Amino acid sequence: MIIKTVISIIAYLILAPIVGGLLAGLDRKFSAKMQRRVGPPVLQPFYDVFKLFEKEDQTVTKVQDFYVLIFVVFVIVSGAIFFGGGDMLLVIFTLTLASAFLIIAAYSSNSPYAEIGAERELLQMMAYEPMVLMTVIGFYMCCGSFAVKDVLAGTSMPFLPMIGLFIGFLFILTIKFRKSPFDLSMSHHAHQELVKGLTTEFSGKTLGWIEVSHWYENVFLLGFVFLFFANGTVWGTVIGVVVALLTYFFEVVIDNSFARMKWQFAFKSAWIVALVFGVINIFVLYVII
Amino acid sequence: MSYIAKSPWVIHYDGSSCNGCDIEVLACLTPMYDVERFGIINTGNPKHADVFLLTGAVNEQNKDVIKQIYEQMPEPKVVVAVGICACSGGVFKDCYNILGGSDTVVPVDVYVPGCAARPEAIIDGVVKGLGVLQEKRDKMAKGGNK
Amino acid sequence: MGTILFLIFFPMIIALILLVAKADKLRDVIVKIAALAMAAVSIVVAVQYFKSGGDTFAVHVEAINYIMMVIEALLALYIIIVGIKHKKYLASLFAVIQTPLLMWFELSHGHHIEVGYNMYVDRLSVIMILIIGIVGGLITVYALGYMKDFQHHHAGESDRRPWFFFVMFLFLGAMVGLVTSNNMIWMYFFWEITSLSSFWLIGYTKTEEATNNAFRALIMNLGGGLGFAIGIVILGMVFGTLELSSMLQIGTVYGDLVAIPAAFFAFAGITKAAQMPFNSWLLGAMVAPTPTSALLHSSTMVKAGVFMIIKLAPVLGMSNFAGIMTMMVGGITFLMASFAAISQSNAKRVLAYSTIANLGLIVTCGGIGTPEAVWAGVMLIIFHAVTKSLLFLCVGTAEHNIGSRDIEDMDGLFVRMPRLAGFMMVGIAGMFLAPFGMLISKWAAMTAFVDSGNIILVGIICFGSAVTAFYWIKWMGKLSAIVAGEKNIEQNVHKEETFVHTTLVILTVVVCLIFPLISAFMLVPYLEGVFGGLTSVVLSSGNMIIMVIMVAVIVLLTGIFFGKSKKKIVPIYLAGANMGDNLTYQGSMGKEVRFSLRNWHMEHYFGEKKMNLIGGIASTVMLIMGIGIMVGTLVSLLGGVA
Repeated sequence: MIIKTVISIIAYLILAPIVGGLLAGLDRKFSAKMQRRVGPPVLQPFYDVFKLFEKEDQTVTKVQDFYVLIFVVFVIVSGAIFFGGGDMLLVIFTLTLASAFLIIAAYSSNSPYAEIGAERELLQMMAYEPMVLMTVIGFYMCCGSFAVKDVLAGTSMPFLPMIGLFIGFLFILTIKFRKSPFDLSMSHHAHQELVKGLTTEFSGKTLGWIEVSHWYENVFLLGFVFLFFANGTVWGTVIGVVVALLTYFFEVVIDNSFARMKWQFAFKSAWIVALVFGVINIFVLYVII
Repeated sequence: MSYIAKSPWVIHYDGSSCNGCDIEVLACLTPMYDVERFGIINTGNPKHADVFLLTGAVNEQNKDVIKQIYEQMPEPKVVVAVGICACSGGVFKDCYNILGGSDTVVPVDVYVPGCAARPEAIIDGVVKGLGVLQEKRDKMAKGGNK
Repeated sequence: MGTILFLIFFPMIIALILLVAKADKLRDVIVKIAALAMAAVSIVVAVQYFKSGGDTFAVHVEAINYIMMVIEALLALYIIIVGIKHKKYLASLFAVIQTPLLMWFELSHGHHIEVGYNMYVDRLSVIMILIIGIVGGLITVYALGYMKDFQHHHAGESDRRPWFFFVMFLFLGAMVGLVTSNNMIWMYFFWEITSLSSFWLIGYTKTEEATNNAFRALIMNLGGGLGFAIGIVILGMVFGTLELSSMLQIGTVYGDLVAIPAAFFAFAGITKAAQMPFNSWLLGAMVAPTPTSALLHSSTMVKAGVFMIIKLAPVLGMSNFAGIMTMMVGGITFLMASFAAISQSNAKRVLAYSTIANLGLIVTCGGIGTPEAVWAGVMLIIFHAVTKSLLFLCVGTAEHNIGSRDIEDMDGLFVRMPRLAGFMMVGIAGMFLAPFGMLISKWAAMTAFVDSGNIILVGIICFGSAVTAFYWIKWMGKLSAIVAGEKNIEQNVHKEETFVHTTLVILTVVVCLIFPLISAFMLVPYLEGVFGGLTSVVLSSGNMIIMVIMVAVIVLLTGIFFGKSKKKIVPIYLAGANMGDNLTYQGSMGKEVRFSLRNWHMEHYFGEKKMNLIGGIASTVMLIMGIGIMVGTLVSLLGGVA
């Protein structure tokens, strides 16, 4: 059991950035095709990150790198807990810790662009957090445990009783993946009204690490999508992986079909979705279980 | 092998110009020309950028801005002057407020002439700049090993 | 037994000494020794009852009851007089009703009721005593330096510091009495003393605002006291007992009936814990000097309220309306106070709302009344006491040194007062971030809420935690900003203040590291005693270990990497127009413009007034429903008997 856990954690540590980077590359290729362009090579995200590691080291304050370090470490840790079969609430809390430090890193620069980016990121956090917590609670009610390994071992597929939570989770994934219409705090696309928002004052290696941890994060968020379908059988696994991938490309389609919205819309819509899909679904779970 | 040439991120600054070259630079990003094929992204942030695209001439107002943007770009970096105004001052050369081409304030690596410079020429210029970038990176790597 | 009595009477004696010792130096020495003695003795208490887990004491001295009654009558007389003098007739009215009511009851009925044990000590009391003795003691030491500055800032006024320290120590003594009384009449006596002490502390500055706010606190707490008195009368008349322990005992069989007095006691707890609609008194208390706020918020006063509710937890729960009332009031308060905290920029008010919100969470845990919920509630009490006092004391020091308690003015505190800002960040992290203290209890609370089957509470805690993170992180961000051109002004801080800060920071980290031990050796045995065993493990040991490792990793990384970056420092990006100082940019026409950065307060969404109104109405409805149903049950019960 322990060996299995250790293997899956190591596999996550090695494979997640590869998968995440490939997904990011496919994302760019796919977007390009949607816009009738050729687009960059699929490996482009890796080239970008390797290039960032080759750049000159510079920073705006002496403490910024420390905050980013904590961010990177704990993003990876939260994913490791997830793939190690650990407690989902702990995963969410660790991710919150990591995000908090990224925001503080941006604040610490005292740069207007970075600070507005940080505040928007903070707002986004407030917008998606209730839905994430309710999703986890839904799993607990459905499978009787917060542990990923128990959900995986469960016999019934949590998807159907949790369909409202799934829709809600899909909605906030747009925020978490930093896709339009909710790419308020920073964007992967051409420069925006906040220059590069949250990441304005990061450069070189620091920026490279932020990109890599973003890949780690994406992979384990897709892991959550997978969990909706896991029921311990091969079919469950296959459906889970397929749906997780479809989800990712669904988000890419959304990204390419919407303009960026105002923060008011992001905040209100995320909370309304959480109230409608989240709370009602949890209520239904109470009734049926 | 270094990755710098495979992922040139661009920052674009428009000086004292008629905005013709400015528009042409943006045209390069459209599906028609699609510079993302080469991994080129318009970042709009000097701290993320490798290539500094300058259009238009330099005047008293913008010389400090150009200098500062250049200084905020981490090494290795190249400067591409796009259009005749950026190269030499062009038709504005003798105006009372004009200092001249981009090379009066920052070291320029590639000159792309034209009025306005055509997108093909701009792309060609950036790709030429990649060679320079690669050289600078090699030099930096060697300097680091010392 | 002796140690407990020492902890009650020793602070009171010190209080009297401080009332006459007027010299600064003398006071410094006395307070420091007294604080040390109290901390030491409270640890002795912990060790003494560690093995047995507690004891009960008969303490049958008839005279004590009469002395208490006389003191109560005198205090009531005092309240009536000051109430009339300041035209606060409501305070007088409450005093006129409750004291005679209780005296009548005691002389006519109470006299005949046999009281087996007047006092007790169990693991929960020990935890409370440790908090009161250590955190409370530290706050008094901090007050020494702070009050010197305070007197300096208010130079024209008479020096009433002896009175200030008198009340502080009186308060601590009364708190220990409160958490060790088994006889509800004794508990009521200490309860009233704490109400009155906070009245004196809040009104210390004697400005009009302070006096008004002090009376508001007094009136609300006397209202709660009235509920307490009614509860005692019902308990005595209907159940024929005055003991907390026997009340809980009866509750195991007749839960629905015991819920009636329990609802009144819970009401008293709710007022004292500043739950909506009574939260305004705690916000008003912010006019007092900062040590007062720290004392009220962390180790005394509000903790008496939640202590009461945690004590009552076994007879509350989803099965009766006393429990539902309590948990809903707590839940509504948690959500609305968290919302309101976003709209505040005054650091003390943010802290006040956060205290109210956390107390709401504890009250909810008590209301749910399952062992898991109570575990979470007690853990919240412990972590909250340490971190909140740290934060208050830091804000107090910052206020005296930068001349403002506004968060927006704490811009770049990291440059001006690096040590203090670091302490504050530890405190803030302790309030909401994994793997630090409060989050652990919030986690347990979340699980308990889900298990309780109260769907509204599940929604409340999900939204509430998201909001909590928002207002804390934006504060942390402000502190962390590196603002160029600021000077370090840390050398002006009193050494007592720095000592207390450091101790509290160490306590915060230590409590985070040893919480599994606190759980295993203090809480779990306590819960087993009260509930007859835990149904499930609250947090699995694996998770606890991960949390502890995370704390260690953060501490280690901070030690190794913090501020050690050797990279080239470049100016920030200001669209190429940075003047080079990171503070100004070149605007149009060559004009230099200085920028300033401010946070979001989202007044439009989370305005304080709106939140207090909604929360106030919702919780009042719950209170009226809860108390109304209980009175109805009582009436039908008595009708049935007659």
